[in-house]
Amino acid sequence: MSQEIIGSGHTYATVTDKISSIVLTRKWSLNWLVGFAISFMLVMLLLVAMTYLFVRGIGIWGVNVPIGWGFAIINFVWWIGIGHAGTLISAILLLLRQEWRTSINRFAEAMTLFAVACAALFPILHLGRPWFAYWLIPYPNTMGIWPQFRSPLIWDVFAISTYGTVSLLFWFIGLIPDLATLRDRASSRFGRVIYGILAMGWRGSAIHWHRYDVAYLLLAGLATPLVVSVHTIVSFDFAIGIIPGWHTTIFPPYFVAGAIYSGFAMVMVLSIPIRAVYGLQDFITQRHLENMAKVMLATGLIVAYGYLMEAFMSWYSANQFERYMMLNRMWGPYAPIYWALILFNIVVPQALWFKRVRTSAMLLWFVALAVNIGMWLERFVIVVTSLHRDFLPSSWGMYYPTFWDWSTYIGTIGLFFAMLFLFLRFLPVISIFEMRTLVEKTESQ
Amino acid sequence: MNKVAPIYGVLAEFENPDDLIQAVRRARAAGYRKMDAYTPFPVEHLPEELGVRHSGLPLIVLIGGLIGCATGFFLQYWISVFAYPLNSGGRPLNSWPAFIPVTFELTILVAALSAVLGMLGLNGLPMPYHPLFNNPRFALASRNRFFLCIESSDKRFNREETSKFLSELKPKGVSEVEEDSVNE
Repeated sequence: MSQEIIGSGHTYATVTDKISSIVLTRKWSLNWLVGFAISFMLVMLLLVAMTYLFVRGIGIWGVNVPIGWGFAIINFVWWIGIGHAGTLISAILLLLRQEWRTSINRFAEAMTLFAVACAALFPILHLGRPWFAYWLIPYPNTMGIWPQFRSPLIWDVFAISTYGTVSLLFWFIGLIPDLATLRDRASSRFGRVIYGILAMGWRGSAIHWHRYDVAYLLLAGLATPLVVSVHTIVSFDFAIGIIPGWHTTIFPPYFVAGAIYSGFAMVMVLSIPIRAVYGLQDFITQRHLENMAKVMLATGLIVAYGYLMEAFMSWYSANQFERYMMLNRMWGPYAPIYWALILFNIVVPQALWFKRVRTSAMLLWFVALAVNIGMWLERFVIVVTSLHRDFLPSSWGMYYPTFWDWSTYIGTIGLFFAMLFLFLRFLPVISIFEMRTLVEKTESQ
Repeated sequence: MNKVAPIYGVLAEFENPDDLIQAVRRARAAGYRKMDAYTPFPVEHLPEELGVRHSGLPLIVLIGGLIGCATGFFLQYWISVFAYPLNSGGRPLNSWPAFIPVTFELTILVAALSAVLGMLGLNGLPMPYHPLFNNPRFALASRNRFFLCIESSDKRFNREETSKFLSELKPKGVSEVEEDSVNE
């Protein structure tokens, strides 16, 4: 095998020591501290923005009739889309026996959790009276009212909370054997106690491993339809509505493909610098990057097909409102955003057809970043251009994000990175026990 | 000392999974039954060699999934038909196609929770203390060593003979596991 998924010469001991040393023996680095400090400051910005929102209400945002959904929903869909790669890599690639997933799954799962946390903030914040968010949950109350289960917004509550919970379980179950490794190798008493509590007394018994494997496989089997259902339900938020540009049946598959697309792009954007900083090139190899690039290219083409079908159907439907919606997207006031989206999401990723691009970490990083930006623009186009000019010209309007829109969005990026920095510092970024399995398999070949 | 400290079992240490599997076979052939192997990663065929048949987990997950499914659907049915009937666009009160997403999500949620809690429950975790942790070599079970422990509760267990038997299996080392932790 010319391109390997693990560097040569590794044994059970070396993979264990190498990965656990990032957490256990590495000193606090200045880069880490600076990175964490910047993210933490952005978290403070988020708190300020949220506090001001609670005090003044959503009038501080740029939303108004007819554009009731602005940044909050754009960012919600963007984050939840990014949050799809983790479970996809962990569950679907596990079921497909793609062994190269091993060194990126832990990290992608953590990324998923943090992205879902950021995503879940937005629907709550945009409620108007966020302190009544618990009214979305069906519980017996003195008001005698219950949620409307025919509304996709209620489906969303169940989809997101289930997805968050299952992602957390999947991630934590994967961590247990590694937490045991950290417990056994930590030099400080504090570390032994904390990792010991989290490892729950795992001792690697063969009988335990047997049940563990069954549970992990079952979770993967459950998470696979779940990951597809979540973004399907998110797309229902739009597709169930009758707004031109939203009311289309292609939304569920094209949203799911877009989610995987942006998720892989985010994994790439994060893993390329991380593997360089922590010297993990033996574990996250050239082959991983190339495989991820191929998945991105494939899902990117599905997304391109979605855009094409959207345009085709709006013409083919012969519906004047659908036709106008499409023309307005291409040539209306938000046209630059539409064409930027086409550039970032469709044109730029075509570079991935070339092996030279797929094998250059630097170029891949820029393509992946372009895709992340493009996917954000896509959600902007879907949310804003569909709403701003619908059936009645008298009710047309424009949407401009305010300072508070931006600070909430940038604040969640800070929250995401702050959690990611903590994760890198305190938990093994690569699944150690699965790397040992990989060593065993490559040795016996 | 007039009393010998009770031991949990005798622990043999191996360098690779193949030696461990050989040792498990020999130990079972010699009639030992109460034993367990400890490895840094799941070793294929090892549970079968130890005589483990079914994990029992798939049934738990199936039951969990069915409970989630029924809860999800009937919660919505009861709310929409009895507790708070709303006429939305002339649809029937039991507009079941609209109830599918929540039913599906709750099915997955309860099934996933029962997979995790079932696995932990069957494994007896969390268990913060276990006699094996008294053995200083055992920390390597989470790094690069493979252990076989024949427990003192086995009928054929004999402190000297079992240690001797394990030594014949060409291990890296054989040591005893104290039942109670030694107080420093």
